[in-house]
This record gives sequence, structure tokens and C-alpha cells, in this order.
Amino acid sequence: MKSICLYFQVHQPYRLRTYRFFDIGERDDYYDDYTNRFIMQRIAQKCYLPMNNLLLDLIKEFGSAFKVSFSISGMAIEQFQAYAPEVLESFKQLAKTGNVEFLAETYAHSLSSLKDTDEFTSQVKMHDQLIQELFGQKPTTFRNTELIYSDKIGEAVADMGYDVMLTEGAKHVLGWRSPNMMYTNAINPKLKLLLKNFRLSDDIAFRFSLQSWAEWPLTTKKFTGWLNEIDKKDEVVNLFMDYETFGEHQWEETGIFDFMAALPAAILKNTKFEFATPKELGEKLQPVAPIHAPYPISWADEERDITAWLGNDLQNEAFKKLNALAAKIPSVQDEKLKKDWQYLQTSDHFYYMSTKWFSDGDVHSYFNPYDSPYDAFINYMNVLTDYSIRLAKFNVDVQDEMEDIKDAVRNISKKTGENIKKSVSSTSKKVKDAIDKGKEFRLEDMKHMSDAAIKKVLKEMDIETITIALKDTKDDLTERVLPNLGAKARKKYDKLQTELKKVKKSDIKKYQKAVEDKLNELFGK
Amino acid sequence: MRILMFGWEFPPHISGGLGTACFGLTKGLAKHKVDVIFVVPRAYGDEDQRAVRIVNASDVPFDFNDTEYKEFWNRVKYMEIGSNIIPYVAPEEFEKALERKEKKGESFTSNVFSKKYKFSGKYGTNLMEEVSRYALIASAVALKEDYDIIHAHDWLTYPAGIAAKKSSGKPLVIHIHATEFDRTGENVNDIVYAIEKEGFVNADRIIAVSNLTRNTVINRYGINPDKIVTVYNAVDQSLIKEIEEVKRTLNDKIVTFLGRITYQKGPEYFIEAAHKILKKDRNVRFVMAGSGDMLNKMIERVAALGMADRFHFTGFLKGNDVNKMFALSDVFVMPSVSEPFGIVPLEAMRVNVPVVISKQSGVSEILKHAFKIDFWDVDAMADSIYGLCHYDALSEMFKKHGKEEVESLKWEDAALNVKNVYQPFMSK
Repeated sequence: MKSICLYFQVHQPYRLRTYRFFDIGERDDYYDDYTNRFIMQRIAQKCYLPMNNLLLDLIKEFGSAFKVSFSISGMAIEQFQAYAPEVLESFKQLAKTGNVEFLAETYAHSLSSLKDTDEFTSQVKMHDQLIQELFGQKPTTFRNTELIYSDKIGEAVADMGYDVMLTEGAKHVLGWRSPNMMYTNAINPKLKLLLKNFRLSDDIAFRFSLQSWAEWPLTTKKFTGWLNEIDKKDEVVNLFMDYETFGEHQWEETGIFDFMAALPAAILKNTKFEFATPKELGEKLQPVAPIHAPYPISWADEERDITAWLGNDLQNEAFKKLNALAAKIPSVQDEKLKKDWQYLQTSDHFYYMSTKWFSDGDVHSYFNPYDSPYDAFINYMNVLTDYSIRLAKFNVDVQDEMEDIKDAVRNISKKTGENIKKSVSSTSKKVKDAIDKGKEFRLEDMKHMSDAAIKKVLKEMDIETITIALKDTKDDLTERVLPNLGAKARKKYDKLQTELKKVKKSDIKKYQKAVEDKLNELFGK
Repeated sequence: MRILMFGWEFPPHISGGLGTACFGLTKGLAKHKVDVIFVVPRAYGDEDQRAVRIVNASDVPFDFNDTEYKEFWNRVKYMEIGSNIIPYVAPEEFEKALERKEKKGESFTSNVFSKKYKFSGKYGTNLMEEVSRYALIASAVALKEDYDIIHAHDWLTYPAGIAAKKSSGKPLVIHIHATEFDRTGENVNDIVYAIEKEGFVNADRIIAVSNLTRNTVINRYGINPDKIVTVYNAVDQSLIKEIEEVKRTLNDKIVTFLGRITYQKGPEYFIEAAHKILKKDRNVRFVMAGSGDMLNKMIERVAALGMADRFHFTGFLKGNDVNKMFALSDVFVMPSVSEPFGIVPLEAMRVNVPVVISKQSGVSEILKHAFKIDFWDVDAMADSIYGLCHYDALSEMFKKHGKEEVESLKWEDAALNVKNVYQPFMSK
């Protein structure tokens, strides 16, 4: 028995409103609520609701013989919640049937996998949790934004514990090999790969209503005929497509719903195929070989690469500027700032900046709110500029708060003596660490460093600097540092220590600063 | 194939884009083995005649007793001037000219028929007189020269084109670089409109420099669309010079408007956009280069908005000063209310200056690497300018592709399209 795997991508971005430069610093409502609501509700009526109902009916009819899989971006789910809660309910119903697998992806449908593994991981976790909460299943299959994949991305996905990942059956990666088998990641063979059969997928997704296509009109008879023609050794046909194909890219009038309603029966009756989810395939099939993808591939355009999102200087610049903010994000507590950070990640913002459509037809202009890629870039950069100002302001606020806490601690400690001082200072340190992770090193931080790290610092400094810097510091710090000195240095330290009876406070500060600078140089970001 | 072409100006003696376009076109035609006899009201002798033969209407001998001309004159006489139809003259200049004329008190007809007529070839107060005289001369030239087709550029030469057609029986192609609606908005001068319409009706074929213009001709003049072909202008690649490095003494970004300061060019929208930007960012300077009947009003507006320290007027720039201005500019803006084509942004782009242009310009129909905004959308205009000043990747991208794009717009190709317009008349 061969398998057929239906997978649908559900995603809608939070489109930005027209945000002028004079709005920078003035307003932080970045999104075109009207358009987003309008588009969501339209697609809900034309696609999500009718197609979900159709799938529910098919599951009722065929029971466990019919299965599908979805990945729904966090952006789409949030917009369901805001504008079309009935859609989310209907997906929950699908989940309840047990015949539907929900995949993990980045929450924001982002490009973070191409840049920053930490950020990527955190976004995936966020989405993974949401799926568990909503649909009561722990995702084991991963689907990256627009099926973007590379060896390195696959490795990171494997590290996160996923068993199966979907990507494009790109010719330049497959070579002569068939997409209709299961492969593995080239770095970590534990991660299994299912590859899109782009010919058969696109016959439905792109060509279904194309009257200039030689095979138009597409019937289930034709389609099952093609399925029967595939190579004997092939094991699985992966039909991956945008869920919006049904009713939106292909209007109801084209007959797409009728086609899909009839397809399962035709497949089960006339072919040796059975329906399977990615998870089942991961358990059932034997991988045949690793796939090598040193450069990222995707399911977009003829090139099947990432140039639709990061293909020109505008896109690269905007992406770079976005990622430059990543380091500041983990410490952010503000809900709106956190939310905006996700919304600005969405790949669609970069897609709108593509100049490929100058020569590449109209695919890129679908639902595109901008007249030109240049307008898209300016609008995004205006928003990002405002966001970075808000972020910087927030960090300053946090630092102010920290100073306040420190002041309070100082006051209290003066009044209540040594004992309380100790406990408070440790609390203050914790507070500081929590709020201010990854900030500049202080001398006291050496207390928490490994012997190897301390040795490394000591090796770089002359003993005189160390000695003066440690003068008048607390015992626990010297106790931590001194054992790491070599015998010779230790001798010198002791000698200097007795000689340097009176050193000016300001001098001590200076030498402490020198050590701190070294710490930052060696271990700072 | 030989063309008898009527134009009002020819480089280097030009006041706008018309002369430059005619020059480019004739050179392009020469490459396709089309000879051009180019008739101007007044030739100075230093015109580039490699691609054309210049005929100076001022030198054409003329028999005043010929009754045919008298008859023709009866037909064109209605064109008598309303004094303020001339859009291209600075207001102060206009007043002076008007004074002179009043003192002289010459009569129109006797001037046109005077034995010695010195064309100014400019756009002065006796413009109608010159247009009429030029038409009269055209009918004489049309009989004397040997050619296949008559080609007339813009309304000043339409009477000449018609006259030449009437006296020679040769087909007439009319080339529209601008209509009266583009020049004056809704305050259309009836006489000019009548001349234009007369030209369009009498033309065997009409060339419009953009679909925008083509639609104006269809909708406002009621001309049969089948007769009108759009041929976009191009850029004279040979004129592309390495611009000299101009030393910039200021760190501020410089945003430039360059063109006649008239209603058609939308200078007031540029000023409002500048005002929006300066409220947010004082490190930008704005330059308005050119002169025109709205100049004084614009200066007053800038003063009223309190931004005279950041907004500069240069007056009319010529030749190398234009290049220098471009070299100093970070952004070029063309906010035209109505621009049949608009060659200046192309000149800016080819020297690596990113451009913001109005959607109400013909050139916006062909450009990809330009910001296109509605002329009235001051917010969008300001935002595009701000973006180009602040987001380096954007201006780099424009520079990279803009020059390339302009270099692909060749007069040779445009001329081929024009030749294709001529072609059907050759078999006849």
C-alpha cells in the first residue's frame, strides 16, 4: 500500500497600516485592523468554514480511512480569535475526530530559522504550546515557514525533539531522486523528511482552474490515473498546499470543492493509496537516504529558494534591522512589546518588499497591500523604527527601576545591619540578574564563574592590577579568585598585599574597572 | 524616408523638455535612416545638425502678394491673442513685455505680414503672432522642400503643420508633448484649445507621449482613439556625462524640486511635504529650482511656514548648473499635477538620484524604480522622501537599478515606434 499525505498551511499575517514617518514616536497601533478583519472574515466564509465542513463530512463518511494534517500559524489563530472565532471552533472539531494532525511551526510564521537559532527555538516553543492548548495534541511534526529548509535548520528542528519535518521536493536538491520517499536530515538522521510532490500538489493548488493548461479541467479520474502512474518503488505522495487554495485561490465556481469532496472516494476506490498523516508516515516508512541542502530551499517560485523574502537589499536590510533587536527581547516584560515583536516577524512583510514580481507575474501581488516593494519597505521600516524606540525606552525604564531597587536596598541595609544587608544584597542580585540578563559584567560576577574562566581572566591581567582591584573587596570574592592563581603569582600577590597598605579608593575603582573591561572583552556579548 | 518636422525650439536654445525630446527623436530617427528637415522659428546657427537639417523660418523668402496666403490668413486669423495665455513666462517678465507692447501699439495682422519678421522663437507676449507667421512660412516651406510626411510638435506648430499639409497634400503626424489641460488645469484658454483640436482633427495620425495624454486627447478633445498611438519618450544616452564631483559642504540631506514653478508642476505640494518633514527632522534641506508664475507665491508660503532657513530657491538653472544641482541632491521630487511625460526624473535617475514622482505623470507609466504617489497625497510624498533620506538600503537600491532602467530607455527604440507610425503612409 502506498500513502497519500494531505497537508494544508493556514496563515494570515497581521498586515500593517499605512504608518508614516511622522507617526514614529507618536503612535504604536501598527496594524490595519479593518483590512485584517475584512480579509479574515472573507476567507473564513469562502474557504475555512466550508472546507472544514467538507473535511468533517469526509471524516464522518470514511472514518479512519481519511486523514489530513494542518499547520496553523499563531498569526492566523490570533485573528480567528479576534475576527472569526467560529473558524477556531471548527478546527477544534476537526481535532476531536482524531484524524487530523496539527503541526508545529514558528508562532509568527517567521524567517527566524534563517538567522538566530535561539529566537527560532523560542518562537517554535510558543507555537507548540498554543497547539497543545487548543487542540490537545503535542506536535511531533514540524513545518517551517513556506517549507523553508536547510541542513542546519533541520538539525535545529531535530534538537527541539521533532521526529518529522516537511519541506519542498526541490529538484536542485533531489537531483534524479524521487520526492515520493522518506529521507532524513544530513546532519541528524533522526529527523525524517517528507518532500512535497510539487507537480501533483500544484496541479490542484495552481493549475486547477487554468484553462490554458492542457489537462484542464482536472477530474478525480485524471488525478487518480496520475497517482497510479507513479513509480512502483515510490511510497508516498505528499500533497502540500495553502489551505486558501480552496475557495480563495480557486473560487468555489471552479468546482474545487466538488473535486475535493470526490477525491478521497476516488483514491480509495481506484488506487492502491491510503491516507496517512506525517506522524504515521514517520513511524511507518523507512528513510532511504539523507538529503543535502546546504543552502535554504522553500516552496516558492521556480527557484524554490528564499529570494522571495530575502532576495534584495531592501529585504536583507529590513531583516537585519529586525534581528538586531533580538538580543533585547528576552528581558521584555511588556505584553504589547512582546506581541509586536511576533507580529513584525511575519514573513509576509518581507514578501511584500520583493522586486521579483517586476518580472515574475502576479503571484506576489496576492493580498499585497502595497503599490510597490519600495512602499512596503518604507512602511515596515517606519514601524520598526518606532518599535526600536519603544524597546530602547522600555530598557531604560527597566534600568531606572533597577536603580530604584538598589537605592531601596541601600537604605534598608543601612538601617538594619549586616544580616539583612546580606540577604537583601543577594535578592538584589537576583532581581538584577533576572531583569538584566546578559548585561555588563561586574567584578562580583567572578564569584559565579568557573575556575577555568577565572584562570583565563587572570592570565590576561598583570598581578598588580588584580591585587589592587581585589583590595577591600569582600572575602567571598577573594576566596573564589585566589586559588586560581599560580604558586608564583600567589606569592607575589601576598607580597603586594602587605605593601599596598594605603591605596586611594579611586585607584581601586580604576583597577576594578580594568578587570571588568577584561571580563566584558572575554565573555561579554 | 524624409520628414518635414516643425518644432518651436531645438538645443541648445531651449526652455523646457520639448527641444530636448525633439533632438533625441531626430537623432534616433537618423539611426533608422529617416532624414529630418527641422523647421524652427528662429535658428541661431549653433544647433547640432548632425542628424537633422535645420531650417530657419526667419530666413524663408516669402511672397506677400500671393492670394493663397491671404486666403490662408483668413482662416487662421481667429487665433488673435488673449494676452495672458502664455504660461511659460515669469510674471515680472510678462509685465514688462506687456508694457512694451502697449507703448508700441502695433497691429497684429500688419505684423504678421510685414516684410521683415524677426521671430523671437520664445514664449513671449507676441506668441500668437509668431505662431501665425510661422504657419504662413510653413506653407511656403512645404512647397519648397522634398519630403514624405509632415510631423508637428505641440500646439505652437499645429497651424504650421496644417498649413503645410494644405499646401502640399502630404500626410500630417501630430506629436503631443502636452495639452492645454496639462498646462493650465481647468483654466483652459479657448483659443489654444481650438488650435489643438484643429490640429488633432486634421492629423492623419497622432502620437501621444503617454497613455495619460492619449486619454486626455480622447476624453477632452473627442478624438477617435484609433488615430492615437502612445510612444514614450526616452533619454539621450550620449548626453550622459560623468558628472563632476561637487563638494558638499553640508551634511544635511538635500531634496530637490526642479522645473517650472507653475500650476502644472505642483510646487505647492512639494512645499507642504517639506513642511511635514521639517517638523520631524531638521537635518533635511529643500531646494526649489526654476522659475515661473507661481514663484512669488511659493516664496511667501515658505516664509509663512517659517522654514526659509531650510528651504532654498535657486531661480532658473541652466546646463551645468542643473547637473550640479543633481550632484548635490539626495532625492528628486516631481509632484506634477499633470505631466504628459516628464523627462527630468530620468535625468536625475541617470546620475544616481532616487526620485519621487506623481502618478499623474506619463513617465510613471514606464518606471519601476521610482516612488509613485498621487500629487495631492502630501503624506505619502513626505513619507517617501523621509524614507529615502533615512533608510540607506532604499536609496542604494534605487541607485543600483534606477540608472540601469534609464539607460534602457533609448531614443533609438522610441524612434523606431515613431517610424512605425510613418510606415503606413509610405506605400500611399
